[in-house]
Amino acid sequence: MEGERRASQARSSGLPAGGADGESPGGSAPFPGNSGSSALLQAEVLDLDEDEDDLEVFSKDASLMDMNSFSPMMPTSPLSMINQIKFEDEPDLKDLFITVDEPESHVTTIETFITYRIITKTSRGEFDSSEFEVRRRYQDFLWLKGKLEEAHPTLIIPPLPEKFIVKGMVERFNDDFIETRRKALHKFLNRIADHPTLTFNEDFKIFLTAQAWELSSHKKQGPGLLSRMGQTVRAVASSMRGVKNRPEEFMEMNNFIELFSQKINLIDKISQRIYKEEREYFDEMKEYGPIHILWSASEEDLVDTLKDVAGCIDRCCKATEKRMSGLSEALLPVVHEYVLYSEMLMGVMKRRDQIQAELDSKVEALTYKKTDTDLLPEEIGKLEDKVECANNALKADWERWKQNMQNDIKLAFTDMAEENIHYYEQCLATWESFLTSQTNLHLEETSEDKP
Amino acid sequence: MEQAPRDPERQLQPAPLEPLGCPDAGLGAAIGKEAAGAGEEDSGVDTMTHNNFWLKKIEISVSEAEKRTGRNAMNMQETYTAYLIETRSVEHTDGQSVLTDSLWRRYSEFELLRNYLLVYYPHIVVPPLPEKRAEFVWHKLSADNMDPDFVERRRIGLENFLLRIASHPILCRDKIFYLFLTQEGNWKETVNETGFQLKADSRLKALNATFRVKNPDKRFTDLKHYSDELQSVISHLLRVRARVADRLYGVYKVHGNYGRVFSEWSAIEKEMGDGLQSAGHHMDVYASSIDDILEDEEHYADQLKEYLFYAEALRAVCRKHELMQYDLEMAAQDLASKKQQCEELATGTVRTFSLKGMTTKLFGQETPEQREARIKVLEEQINEGEQQLKSKNLEGREFVKNAWADIERFKEQKNRDLKEALISYAVMQISMCKKGIQVWTNAKECFSKM
Repeated sequence: MEGERRASQARSSGLPAGGADGESPGGSAPFPGNSGSSALLQAEVLDLDEDEDDLEVFSKDASLMDMNSFSPMMPTSPLSMINQIKFEDEPDLKDLFITVDEPESHVTTIETFITYRIITKTSRGEFDSSEFEVRRRYQDFLWLKGKLEEAHPTLIIPPLPEKFIVKGMVERFNDDFIETRRKALHKFLNRIADHPTLTFNEDFKIFLTAQAWELSSHKKQGPGLLSRMGQTVRAVASSMRGVKNRPEEFMEMNNFIELFSQKINLIDKISQRIYKEEREYFDEMKEYGPIHILWSASEEDLVDTLKDVAGCIDRCCKATEKRMSGLSEALLPVVHEYVLYSEMLMGVMKRRDQIQAELDSKVEALTYKKTDTDLLPEEIGKLEDKVECANNALKADWERWKQNMQNDIKLAFTDMAEENIHYYEQCLATWESFLTSQTNLHLEETSEDKP
Repeated sequence: MEQAPRDPERQLQPAPLEPLGCPDAGLGAAIGKEAAGAGEEDSGVDTMTHNNFWLKKIEISVSEAEKRTGRNAMNMQETYTAYLIETRSVEHTDGQSVLTDSLWRRYSEFELLRNYLLVYYPHIVVPPLPEKRAEFVWHKLSADNMDPDFVERRRIGLENFLLRIASHPILCRDKIFYLFLTQEGNWKETVNETGFQLKADSRLKALNATFRVKNPDKRFTDLKHYSDELQSVISHLLRVRARVADRLYGVYKVHGNYGRVFSEWSAIEKEMGDGLQSAGHHMDVYASSIDDILEDEEHYADQLKEYLFYAEALRAVCRKHELMQYDLEMAAQDLASKKQQCEELATGTVRTFSLKGMTTKLFGQETPEQREARIKVLEEQINEGEQQLKSKNLEGREFVKNAWADIERFKEQKNRDLKEALISYAVMQISMCKKGIQVWTNAKECFSKM
């Protein structure tokens, strides 16, 4: 299910905008928005009266219906935004529709890979046109995720399906695997589209709209591999320090994440196991009915009864097949996505800790006068802003994520319960009608016997 | 009390109409009354009334099972299970039952009883015993003979065995059966004194007859095929059922894990906590419900197993017929050859090769006196042979008639019982579905409140 736009709690300075925009994450950033933005905007708007530049930007009118003008992301006027916010929860407000389908195999001399067709339909002004069709491969998705994480280190980025699943995989490209991955990729993109901040990310837009060669050249920009690696090493080292001074609420968050991760992993295993057991039950049941038919061939009196029993068993067999497929559609993907989410969350915590660690190390340096301390106060100021920004971003997104999680889990399990109820109701009906027919037959027979 | 040794080959009538010796007043009276009134006890028509009549008179139950240790024939320690058999006679007027007999028997004694009945009632489809060792087990079921569930199911099976005999119009009157229920000590000796083991047809003889018989009654041939098919299909069904039960067990039990994890998870959730916790409880209920469900199904399996074993009893009757028929054919053949010899001697022609012909050629013709003597001997033998053939023919026909009557009775019983079993299977499935609906409806409510 798509993430909901939620009226989040009021917060102070703005969330950093998408990367290519070039806005510094430190200051109150203009929040590019248009119809369908969340109430985050509202808080933004009201608090930004001291920043004249932003107000100016806000007063510009961007026509929603002007599809053809390629203009940088421009928000509508505050008034129109307030009006829109009332309708926030209605699905009509969604203005970005994405589908992922048509997996296709490509064979080159070096490798074989799968691409997926991505169709985007939108009414947003900043998009060149209202419909786009592109082909992307898994690597491209990985790239997008990386960019999003880079731009928003403490936002909860939706998880990608795994690169490959070692256990139980015979061939990398078997149909089930591809289908599961396709669905997960579809979910991934839609979750980004539903996220109040990520939906306006520039890289996201490019991912959805650019032609293959455009994307390649765009990808080549940005920090190189080596510098990224350097960042990772520093990140690991400093995140350890960040843990020490982690504020209380984030300690709580971390505890939750750890426990949640444990539990959701267990639930994932249990659910997979249930599917496996149901499949094996189904396989055995398929053999069970026909034996009764075989038996009826050597009987006289019992023929009808045996054939009826065989029929009932076969019908129950079909019902069990349906139950299995319901489980694999409603429950398994959701639970698995949250397994991946829990890993993602731990990464987010680390990044938050790392940002804090940067600040802490500078503060430490200042306190102990380890290095040249002239520039430190200014740096510290910037870092303090950075930390506050990161923390607020995470807090907001955390609430939103938790709410989504509750809804998703609730729906998934309710669906599973519904599937089971339906299964048992079908089987019940089958056997009850058999019983009725037997009693009716009996009554007929006994009335025939009477002289 | 000696029971006169009976030649099973000659026996056509069921066991003695009058119980031998001095029977217990109550039970004996019942039997006597039955015997006096019954002229055509083996006709199918009277079966129903006989059954009801008999069952009203006494109640038999195998009420307990007990582990015992003792010394066996080779003076070695062994552990075995003993079963308590209680017999009650029911008063007409007030329906109250009075305990008349109670004794302990072990499985091997039941086997002895059955083997005796097989020898003395070869034309009857003798009810089978419950299995000696647990077969068609699925992983949760134990294959151990001492396992309490197995013992319990065997107890029920043994009771069923005794009730089947007691409700059989012919078998119920047997003296040895009566003593089985009433005379604890010395019963084994009494059975063995009948010498029934000696009278049993040898397997080899029976096998030989099966291969060589030329003209068996077609009905018996068909019956043999039917019993083979029945055995094969029920075995197959029981095997698959066991596998299905295994898988079903797995599905239910894994859901139980949800219970534990939900409970742990609910500790960290504020809004979802209650819903998770109570849903988890329902998952536990679901998981544990399978135990009763499968136990009921085990009884269904036992009902099918009885008929699996009945197939062998059917084959035993067919074998007996083939043996008798073969015997008859051999006797007829023997008679024909003797007649021919006689004829040749009388007319002086030697049409076929014979030892006499050879020796005549070698040693010279015999004297007329010698020939007369031989003819006389042959004529005597032929006479005897004709008598024997006549009585064998009669026996054969009687056997076929009586056996077929019992087989018809058996068929009716089988159709009734199996239909009932299949219906009870449906009832079990319905109950399982209803339980499932209830649990999942409760769980769904909990989930939706999360």
